[in-house]
Amino acid sequence: MSAVTQTPAAASADARKAGDWLLVATVILLGIWVLLPIYLLIVNALSSPEQVTAFPKRFFPSFDTGSLSFFINFAGVARALWNSVLVATLTMILSIGFGAPAGYALSRFDFPGKGTFRFLVLMTRAFPLPLLALPLAVMFIRTGLDDTAIGLALVHTTLALPFAVLITFSLFSGIPVELEEAAWTLGCTRLQAFRKVILPLALPGIAASAVFAFTISWNEVFAAAVLTIENRTLTAFLLQSLGESPLYLKFAGGTALVVPALIFIFAVRKYLFAMWGIANR
Amino acid sequence: MHGKALPYLLLMPATLFLCVFFLYPFVLVAFEAVTRDGAFTLDNFRTMAGSWKFPVTVRNTLLLAAIVVPIQLVMALLMASVVSQLETGRSAALYIFAIPLGISDLAAGLIWLAIFDQSGFLNTLLSHLGVVDRRIMFLGYQSKLTIFIAVALAEIWRATAIMMVIIVAGMGLIPKEYYEAAEVFGAGPWKRFVRITLPLLRPSLQTAIILRVILAFEVFAVVAALGGTNLPVLMGETYNWQFTLQDRNVAAASALLILAISIGFTLFFLRVLRVPKEARI
Repeated sequence: MSAVTQTPAAASADARKAGDWLLVATVILLGIWVLLPIYLLIVNALSSPEQVTAFPKRFFPSFDTGSLSFFINFAGVARALWNSVLVATLTMILSIGFGAPAGYALSRFDFPGKGTFRFLVLMTRAFPLPLLALPLAVMFIRTGLDDTAIGLALVHTTLALPFAVLITFSLFSGIPVELEEAAWTLGCTRLQAFRKVILPLALPGIAASAVFAFTISWNEVFAAAVLTIENRTLTAFLLQSLGESPLYLKFAGGTALVVPALIFIFAVRKYLFAMWGIANR
Repeated sequence: MHGKALPYLLLMPATLFLCVFFLYPFVLVAFEAVTRDGAFTLDNFRTMAGSWKFPVTVRNTLLLAAIVVPIQLVMALLMASVVSQLETGRSAALYIFAIPLGISDLAAGLIWLAIFDQSGFLNTLLSHLGVVDRRIMFLGYQSKLTIFIAVALAEIWRATAIMMVIIVAGMGLIPKEYYEAAEVFGAGPWKRFVRITLPLLRPSLQTAIILRVILAFEVFAVVAALGGTNLPVLMGETYNWQFTLQDRNVAAASALLILAISIGFTLFFLRVLRVPKEARI
């Protein structure tokens, strides 16, 4: 009845309302799709070992620390955690140390060879980089870098460096060159102008790309498993003990990998889209 | 020394680094793949291709990519579209959708192990619903199909975010005026999506697809966590040749094959989704 008497405007408002409902429902469904599996992993990590292997499962955690304390006290885990942090920190330092100057040069200068360098950086995207660990394993044995944190960090840096270059390039491009020029006319040298004017403005973005480099290294599995034996990182440790380790160890280990990653992504969320936007160019 | 030399000085560390740890290892791996004990030979490729596992391995890897990537493309487009329609809670939705971007493939495998394991959440749900009276072995050696489905779901869950982020960044570059003009001429949402968003998104789609396809050929830890050796994939077999079978040369040949497939597909998508210069925004 009411449909007949409705004005066209009201009908379109109704259609819009239905569209809004559909939109919200889709967002919520997609949100559940992303979050529910993580929640289930954490439920396992916060249950006792008996509950993890029991059936049927509870869908809520019992907040028993049995699984987690078993994981932390398991032989090799504490050391693997430490190695992961060490390698990721080194990767972070190396990729920003090499990448930021390159990003600055790309944003401020026009010079022959610029295109070639950009091509080299973009080319790294077309290759499955973790495979590099295979030939490097031999090279590292010759140079004494095998099974060291720095050796693995060097491989992880090839993964993180292109991102560091592209992110810092877009950061520096976003800072007007006039600011720098003003500092020069006021008597600053190039270095001083960079340190006092540009760096403070770029620092938050540089920190974000550092966090991103850390995350890349923290998560990497293949190269870590190939290049480390005694000094295994957490991913390498978990991968190599998949066959024999009990379920509750796997789930506690998975949670130990996931929770820092959640924090990292939260920390850099503002920059995620900016850095992929320029990656398109 | 300033002026001309400075950009080169700034680029030098990154360039040297990429030469030593990116270009040189590729020469090495190619060299190792076509030699044995110092003499040129194609035996490594013959050994690799002669293994009974090889056809299954190639088929699994390609099939997984062929199924996972299109689904991810659709999901990423859906996520990006609904997010761009949202008026409130936009950044929260974006953060949640981007979360898997920071999660290691190994952790993603363990997350879905919590669901598909014999005493996992899927079996619990099914038994609560009364669908099954006995627990199902989803990941046993006899259930190749369910292993494949579990791996595909974990991959879709994990790596849709990377495409979504690239597409969201690309959508931000499309001028709003186009949509306004289309609306004036009476184009509905679907028509606007097909006629404006998709064509103008082509550079981003190209980047997203290339990146994702390469990652799909690198699938390794997800499979290791969910299927063990029951679902052989190329990267896992490369790892096996290196460690279990201790044959570096065949491992190098296998790595070279993955490289060749990756480069082949990169060139293919560069060509198929080519954006003419005059058609860029």
